[in-house]
Amino acid sequence: MKYPTDLKYTKSHEWARLEDGLVVVGISDYAQDALGDVVFVELPELGKKAKAGEALAAVESVKTASDIYAPVSGEVAAVNQALSDLPELLNKEPFSAGWIFKLKPENPAELEALMDAASYQKLAESAS
Amino acid sequence: MLYKPMKHLPLEASHQALGAKMAPFAGYLMPIQYSSISAEHSAVREQAGVFDVSHMGEFFVRGPEALAFLQYAALNDVSKLKVGRAQYSMLPNSHGGVVDDIYVYRTAETEYLVVVNASNIEKDWAHLLALAGGFRVDLEDASNQFALLAVQGPQAANALEKLCNLSLADRRKNDTFATLLAGRPARLARTGYTGEDGFEVFLSHSDAEPVWNELLSLGVVPCGLGARDTLRLEAGFPLYGHELTEATNPRCTSFAWVVKPEKDFLGKEALLAASCPNRLIALVLEHGIPREGYKIFSAGQEVGWVTSGTLSPMLRKGIALAYVRSDVTENLQVEIRGKLYPASVTEAPFVALK
Repeated sequence: MKYPTDLKYTKSHEWARLEDGLVVVGISDYAQDALGDVVFVELPELGKKAKAGEALAAVESVKTASDIYAPVSGEVAAVNQALSDLPELLNKEPFSAGWIFKLKPENPAELEALMDAASYQKLAESAS
Repeated sequence: MLYKPMKHLPLEASHQALGAKMAPFAGYLMPIQYSSISAEHSAVREQAGVFDVSHMGEFFVRGPEALAFLQYAALNDVSKLKVGRAQYSMLPNSHGGVVDDIYVYRTAETEYLVVVNASNIEKDWAHLLALAGGFRVDLEDASNQFALLAVQGPQAANALEKLCNLSLADRRKNDTFATLLAGRPARLARTGYTGEDGFEVFLSHSDAEPVWNELLSLGVVPCGLGARDTLRLEAGFPLYGHELTEATNPRCTSFAWVVKPEKDFLGKEALLAASCPNRLIALVLEHGIPREGYKIFSAGQEVGWVTSGTLSPMLRKGIALAYVRSDVTENLQVEIRGKLYPASVTEAPFVALK
């Protein structure tokens, strides 16, 4: 299981990374493994605003449906359209090609309040 | 509530050695998947898979009134069972609902083996003991004696033939018999919960691991409870606690055929008198994946709920079993995350089965 140290993490298993002023969001390696084969990703609409902790997207595996929450407050600035045809990218490359959406953050400092890799790894391993 | 320690089954270490994802189910640590649900599902539809379902409960009913007792305690007509034959059935409660759905195997002249759901073992046992008072029967809870493997798929019989010196070609669906399997005493039954041909294999705990290993070495694919659920749903089979409950009248489902009104059984009057405000139906969706608990609408009105739903690994479409108001059959929509998706009523099984 990978826990890249250049990312921030949420209790609900999203990762977040600041990139050119936008917060890129995906799900952790632990989350994709727990979900199993991802078969559908419901992407948010561009321009949609959300507070930190609000559901913005959903990921469906054969087994279950799981909401994806905004790690920080902001506005959806980009979505990964490739996932419409290739939802399995979430399983294969959760930290790169499997990103889900990008947020224009209201307050970039919110990102700092999220968990670092070591804290998240502890949380994920205690859950399994 | 009292803390109950996790119970352990004989193949737990074998599953962990295969890298299975394990999760608690009905008090046991059970394998959910080994590789992926889709891959295991396909293996059963196209080749052969083996499930460890040792968590299931097994009760023996013995004695001169074993038949009379089961006729009263179960819905299907047990008098139709010859020695060496098995049938699907349900245990009714006194008010027209279902205590559990079961499989009844006639193993000898006055001996029946009743297989019950793992999550209902204690409830069923108490229920049957209470009913047994008026009958000359002996009940034995043998749940902790048996390991149970379900070998399922078009190649299941081939694989098993290699482990027993028998031709299985003339064994019919619902036949059951004792034999040696890889040199170990076993009871085989041509039954299962996947919609495919296959056998269920009852073994003593100590024989489970060697037989499991023999099956894997023949190329039979280990499959977890995840694929077991998608397979049974594609086949349109009910799962207790979802399609069937203490409040469900089986006459309002597609399994109404287990009810035999010509014989007496517990709660008969209530079961036959009740009307069906809702019926269990099968739905298929072109878009969206229905899940348990999702609401069903028609013309803006809430008319039902999904009891089981998944993506069908074979159809690559959303499928569901659902209770829907009996007077509504058209323009159904399933609410998925606040949006309505059209759903067509279909007949289970959702896939063509041989």
